[in-house]
Amino acid sequence: MSMAEPRNLTANSAVPTRPVYEIARLSKTYARNSLTALTDVNLTLYEGEFVSVVGSSGCGKSTLLKIMAGLLPPTKGRVVLEGKPVSGPRADIGIMFQQATLLPWKTTVENIVLPIQIREGRVAAKAAIPRAMDLLELVGLGEFAHVYPGELSGGMAQRASICRMLIANPAVLLLDEPFSALDELTRDFMNMELQRICAEQNRTAFLVTHSLAEAVILSDRILVMKPRPGRIVEEILIDLPRPRTLEMVNTAHFGEIVSHIRDLLGKEAFQ
Amino acid sequence: MNITPEDNEDTVWVEREAFIDRIPRWVAMLGLAVLVIGIWHLATEQMGWVSPIILPSPGETLSDLMGVGLNLLNRGYMLGALWTTTRTVFWAFLIAAGIGFSLGVLVGETRFGEKAVMPYLVAIDTMPKVAFAPLFIAWLGFDIASKVALATFIATFPIVVSTAAGLYAASENERMLFKSIGASRWQTLVRLKLPNALPFIFTGLKIAAVGVMAGAITGEFLGGGQGFGALIRESASMLDTPRVFSLILYLSLLGLALFFTVAWVQKRLVFWNKGDRPGGVT
Ligand SMILES: Nc1ncnc2c1ncn2[C@@H]1O[C@H](COP(=O)(O)OP(=O)(O)OP(=O)(O)O)[C@@H](O)[C@H]1O
Ligand SMILES: [Mg+2]
Repeated sequence: MSMAEPRNLTANSAVPTRPVYEIARLSKTYARNSLTALTDVNLTLYEGEFVSVVGSSGCGKSTLLKIMAGLLPPTKGRVVLEGKPVSGPRADIGIMFQQATLLPWKTTVENIVLPIQIREGRVAAKAAIPRAMDLLELVGLGEFAHVYPGELSGGMAQRASICRMLIANPAVLLLDEPFSALDELTRDFMNMELQRICAEQNRTAFLVTHSLAEAVILSDRILVMKPRPGRIVEEILIDLPRPRTLEMVNTAHFGEIVSHIRDLLGKEAFQ
Repeated sequence: MNITPEDNEDTVWVEREAFIDRIPRWVAMLGLAVLVIGIWHLATEQMGWVSPIILPSPGETLSDLMGVGLNLLNRGYMLGALWTTTRTVFWAFLIAAGIGFSLGVLVGETRFGEKAVMPYLVAIDTMPKVAFAPLFIAWLGFDIASKVALATFIATFPIVVSTAAGLYAASENERMLFKSIGASRWQTLVRLKLPNALPFIFTGLKIAAVGVMAGAITGEFLGGGQGFGALIRESASMLDTPRVFSLILYLSLLGLALFFTVAWVQKRLVFWNKGDRPGGVT
């Protein structure tokens, strides 16, 4: 564990990775209540990297993610993805929310091609169905392609929404507490699933979470945020070997990392 | 002393179910009907507690019901009256649905509609709308147009309100999803908000179905013409109470037909079940 310099992060890649997402001097003040949610946030995501952000409730994690997704304008600073400034929602950004949010009047596979349908029209959506089926297969939902979301369990719905995020082949995945509504066993399973998907397709992922264990098991780097005003105070490298397994949770080293982060966050952070 | 049962004895007992839970629904309904008609019979024909001019006996009503039914079947003058009222109700419902839906979208989707139009709609809605009947008659005459206008006027507001409320019903998450996939305002309206609004819109349409009946009959009471409402008023003025009763019964069939048509279309169109969605899917 040490403060990080940009470097080769993924254990299995020999070539140095290239920066994908760059944020510098980012500040956000909500005009409505002139509340400063973020001040002077600097961060760089490298290709294929998995970065998590932890911090107490209300410290600005979702705000940061929404700005990165182009859903909210920043008040100050630079937000650049793949060399182009982020000034609105983009197809190369995949986002996943806490709730699965599938449309109940569309079948699972129709829900998955929805981003294509909206961006490129009905014909393109139809052409994307085979790809959607492959993705559903990938998360083990092949047989559920043609049922309505009302028949899916919470975990299945969340897996379907992973597919919807992946359908447009985004360069970065932004995840805002994606599995926090799930029970612990399903959640562990989904985390391993997420790790596999990111590793297989060398995606860059940015995860907001409340669970330190989840952050440690998935991430190459963890950013620790403090509130009022929201800022990044620490960066922690996770040097556990990849692929990560659930058994690692029981190792002494894992425990050390978690308790180190917990100390950083202080007592007030996680009531 | 020791009353522990034998090891191989099952602990089986039957939970008592209330009588009402054990009988099928139609038996319960029939039972109530028999009870009410029995008391009705007792109060009129049997004991003569109530004068036949105020409340005809069940027998009289039934025979008049058959008389009216025969007239309808033989394409008598009543069929023409029923047809007039049906046409009035049909057109009024259609126009109310069209205007109500359009105004509802205006109010629910645009800030202008919400801020400028809605207050006027609320103000008009609180007026006793039947009071406008003389105006409609003056403007449109004694033909069915004035009745259609009154019925439309009464039935439009519930559709406006329910459509607008339905458009607000899409959750924050769903809006965010559509924003994140780059949906235009039009796409968000058509692909997200309107489907979400459908259950609300149908609730409004059902209320409108009832309103349209009330409006049409009120119009016919006040403005005469050829409809069922005029027949009822005529019979009432001749103290032919059994006829009034049976006309109302046939009229309610028309209302039921409209209501259940709407309910049937709703069932086909809103096939997903809101209450059935798992925790994460809202
Ligand atoms: N739309 C908004 N308008 C005004 N203030 C907002 C808005 N959204 C969030 N805030 C404020 O900004 C701060 C950061 O909110 P944010 O949702 O980013 O926190 P968070 O870290 O995601 O919290 P949690 O862990 O509870 O999800 C909070 O104090 C919140 O009150
Ligand atoms: Mg949040």
